[in-house]
Amino acid sequence: MSQPSQTPGTALRAEDFSSGRVITVRDRLFTRYAWDAGVAIGRYLAGLRRGVILGSRCPKCDRTVVPVRSFCERCFSALVDEVPLTDRGTVNTFSVTYVTWDMKKLEKPLIPAVIEIEGASKGCGILHLLDPDLDPKTVKVGMRVRAVWKGTRSREGAITDIRHFARLEEGAGA
Amino acid sequence: MRRVAIVGAGMTKFVRRAHETAKELTFEASRLALESCGMKRQDLGCVVHGTAPDAFDGFHMKGEFLLDGSGGFGKPYMRCYVGGGTGVFAPIHGFLHVASGLFDTCLVVCEEKMSSCQPHPQGAFISIFDHTTERPLGPNLLWIFALEMNRYMSVHGIKLEDIARVSVKNKGNALDHPSAQLGEKLTVEQVLQSEIMAWPVHRLMVSPTSDGAAAVILAAEGVAEKLTDKPVWIQGVGWNLDTAYWTNRDLYYPEYVEKAARMAYGMAGIREPSKEINFAEPYDPFAYKELHHMEGLLLCGKGEAPRLTADGVTARTGNLPTCPSGGLLGVGNPIAAAGMMKVCELFWQCRGEAGKRQIPGPPKRGVAQAWGDLMQVGTVLVVGSEKPKT
Repeated sequence: MSQPSQTPGTALRAEDFSSGRVITVRDRLFTRYAWDAGVAIGRYLAGLRRGVILGSRCPKCDRTVVPVRSFCERCFSALVDEVPLTDRGTVNTFSVTYVTWDMKKLEKPLIPAVIEIEGASKGCGILHLLDPDLDPKTVKVGMRVRAVWKGTRSREGAITDIRHFARLEEGAGA
Repeated sequence: MRRVAIVGAGMTKFVRRAHETAKELTFEASRLALESCGMKRQDLGCVVHGTAPDAFDGFHMKGEFLLDGSGGFGKPYMRCYVGGGTGVFAPIHGFLHVASGLFDTCLVVCEEKMSSCQPHPQGAFISIFDHTTERPLGPNLLWIFALEMNRYMSVHGIKLEDIARVSVKNKGNALDHPSAQLGEKLTVEQVLQSEIMAWPVHRLMVSPTSDGAAAVILAAEGVAEKLTDKPVWIQGVGWNLDTAYWTNRDLYYPEYVEKAARMAYGMAGIREPSKEINFAEPYDPFAYKELHHMEGLLLCGKGEAPRLTADGVTARTGNLPTCPSGGLLGVGNPIAAAGMMKVCELFWQCRGEAGKRQIPGPPKRGVAQAWGDLMQVGTVLVVGSEKPKT
């Protein structure tokens, strides 16, 4: 028996709702959470509050990863010591996005990027945003960047303690 | 392990917003699959259900919620879930149920009703990101797939035109699919001129959000031949997950898809995938993903998929047709049901029942693959008209 040429499933159109032909029930779910940062990310966030990006060193795998973690997912040994990395990095990849998380349009785009952090092993980076005032056309994979921190007083131990990453001018901060 | 065949398949239309509830869609796909091989719910040994995040429906215990539409009450029933990879993960579970000898038959049904989540289902995806280190930055799936696409293009020097050709092919193929949401005849220029959502992703390179359901019936050797004279045998299954620390690995290549493919090919006795597989349904929620996944499935070398597409090798009339169904880009993307739609396509193609979409032959062997979570899961199924040796 072949696939039927007429298949079930009824597509709705806007007038189905305006005419009242189709009944819809609307609701909103409210749930609140308090996520404990945990042992490793707790240290990472405390580091950010001090203006330092921390990673974890796995001596067995000879690898420094970021952010801090309590165990190495590869060799499965416990990782005890966090190590300070630099607050500079290299753009591994980026996007120029005109939509927010809930699909609202943005006139001025955001530039999310994966930034490989200097001091961590090659290829190890974090998700963050690039300076929104950068001309998107000048952003390139491989571009060097540095963290732009919030003022000491307004830092709260959050990933947003780094405002964004800005282009590292050649010869500066090296 | 016992040999297992697909003996029936069915699916609903894929639409932006369906009048039918999730339960009704699930029922329709299950009913069609049962009817296609002359079975009744009462005949089933067990039922496997696949559906993606509960957040779309705003309903916890979605497996239980959809139990009745799946024909699963009073039977051994399980829901399984690996995000977008679910549509191929679910039939793998069905296969294990039957191959183990526990059951002679299994209905596998996958469903998604995304439209209930307002104002846009994309908002539900915020909850897949790390709550401490990523969510405060406001990411969504378009962002992270744009990041992966840019990395893939940058490493290999791939151009936007190369990616746009996939949209043209798949949306064109979907014109021949009776369930398709977005079949359309397009040009590369039209794709490139469509709105930039998150560069380098353009609107016409993205699959839609959809409501729909799809199902197959699996049966053990000895039972399958009584249910149909054209069983399509499951020759290999594979699945694999990469680390959730996705910013600590190179997104240019899906290693986990390769690992899943190697597992499935090993089981199927396939040594040279590009020669021994006749057609493929790689997961294509974004146009670049078809290319990325062809490489992960070892159907060509790293960075070579764009050339195969440009040369017409992956067209329905080519040597290695990919997404003859029209894929997620054309048929639609009700998450779990989209992967299952690909499994249905393998079934219809191998039986010569794909109508206007039929690949000449009919083809002897095909591979379906799905992908998801934080760009980290590969699920692979190899099927064919020949009974596997072991």
